[in-house]
Amino acid sequence: MRKNIGERIFKNLTLLSSLIIILVMGAIFYELLIASIPSIKRFGWRFLIETIWDPVIEHFSALPSIYGTIITSIIALILGFPISIGIAIFISEICPYYLKQPLSFIIELLGAIPSIIYGMWGLFTLAPIIQIKIGPFLNKYLGFLPFFQGYPMGVGFLTAGIVLAIMIIPTISSISREIISAVPKEQREGALALGMTQWEMIWKVVLGNAKSGIFAGGILGLGRALGETMAVTMVIGNSPKISLSLFSPGYTISSTIANEFTEAVGKLHLSSLIELALILFFITFFTIALTRYFIIKRIEKR
Amino acid sequence: MNYRIRKIYSEIMLGLCVFSFILGVFFLFWILGDLFIKGLSSLNLSLFIELPKPPGIPGGGVANAIVGTLLLSIIAGIIGIPIGILAGVYIVEYGNNRLAWWTRFISEVLSGIPTIIIGVFVYILIVISMKRFSALAGGVALSIIMIPIITKATEESLKMVPNSVREASYALGAPKWRTIIKVVLPSGSSGIVTGIMSAFARIMGETAPLLFTSLNSSFWSLRLDQPIASLTVTIYNYATSPYKEWQNIAWASSFILAMIVLLLNILAKYYARRKTHF
Repeated sequence: MRKNIGERIFKNLTLLSSLIIILVMGAIFYELLIASIPSIKRFGWRFLIETIWDPVIEHFSALPSIYGTIITSIIALILGFPISIGIAIFISEICPYYLKQPLSFIIELLGAIPSIIYGMWGLFTLAPIIQIKIGPFLNKYLGFLPFFQGYPMGVGFLTAGIVLAIMIIPTISSISREIISAVPKEQREGALALGMTQWEMIWKVVLGNAKSGIFAGGILGLGRALGETMAVTMVIGNSPKISLSLFSPGYTISSTIANEFTEAVGKLHLSSLIELALILFFITFFTIALTRYFIIKRIEKR
Repeated sequence: MNYRIRKIYSEIMLGLCVFSFILGVFFLFWILGDLFIKGLSSLNLSLFIELPKPPGIPGGGVANAIVGTLLLSIIAGIIGIPIGILAGVYIVEYGNNRLAWWTRFISEVLSGIPTIIIGVFVYILIVISMKRFSALAGGVALSIIMIPIITKATEESLKMVPNSVREASYALGAPKWRTIIKVVLPSGSSGIVTGIMSAFARIMGETAPLLFTSLNSSFWSLRLDQPIASLTVTIYNYATSPYKEWQNIAWASSFILAMIVLLLNILAKYYARRKTHF
């Protein structure tokens, strides 16, 4: 009898812990939704399509922040994704076996650095370089494109995108490396035996086999870039405007929240900030949930 | 295309892969090097023992922030470690059902939710109902970040424990819960400890969830119902201030923070390497 009580208590404790995780997730969604009702009632769908964010006249809309979030994440993916795949290929296909562990650990360290330190580096080291060197250079040679027009101020979409690109490298490259290593050896040998060069083997056989996994890794990196707060807040320039020029300062969803949350006096201001958080929650929840779902399904199939 | 051109093309592309790896390492060393140069030059003893001072007055430290970060991590650990481990146990030992699948899935998703959202959530849940910013709120926010990491680590290391070990314990007449506590968890302990260490490394570097839960403070405080300083929020406030001496303190604090976090990560790696699998 005593045994049964112990068993029941322990089992229920573990069950309770599992339920807490699910409950927390549900509560996050519920609380955000309830707290953003004033803003939803006041602005409705216009919240998503208007471009004014002005606490003084109490008119809020999300488009400038959403625009900034998407632009910085796209820059991060364009710069970071190819580098991450290159790193994954280097570690799993090119470097000698005994270096694999240490070299992948070095890249993992890049992911262990706290985001506030990326922010420090971005603000004090990268931003001046963008302002003085890279910005004018891009402006001079690619200035005919709308993206590189205007005067580079150092902080802005481009700086934030570059910092994000470095931050998502470890996420994408570690997942891609795992997927690439899982491609059977026989397929590589078969490809080489057919007379392919090493790169053709990697490109057609290995990457062809791993492409859905690498895609999932890219989406997870994107998830990290979309939600990253501190590093972006420090280098984006914090100004709620939409501009095609990558040199201009902007806002992302997370940096708007980080900047204004403690200073929000009006109820409507706070509620609008929470609605922004809700939007970010939706975006990241679905990107991550979808990819995780596919990854888990893949693993279960094996 | 003849073979020669294909071969050259292959070499070029492989070279690009090597180049991208070098680029990654280059950024790592650039960031760490920056931290060493700018952090070490402003590092001094008063940083560890003095309280923050107003700008313009020389000296001043972040002693209260170091203690605050430790206190917040301890609160997070007290809440997060048991829940994380027990949920992991449920998934592996009791979970042959939909609920276990959902727990694992939700926990994976939770680990990817931006931490600032968790900050907003805890603000609504705790700060508004307590009517003040508090160390407790900060600790709870950090524990929510910690739980999925520990759950995953527990799940993966318990899966490695072979079934024969469990069966041997049952054969001796031990009930399931005692088997789990006395046999399965100790066998998987090294993986769990590694997970806990990397979870601590992760939460010590978190800023966003603390901005509007534990806020900041320039005094000594160990009270759970009062705002408390943390290294990361202090770095953020000092770095974005216009005062040069505060920016220097921010660099020195970043150096301290990075050393703690990297050391924890390396320790975790070492611990994971040392363990003997079955």
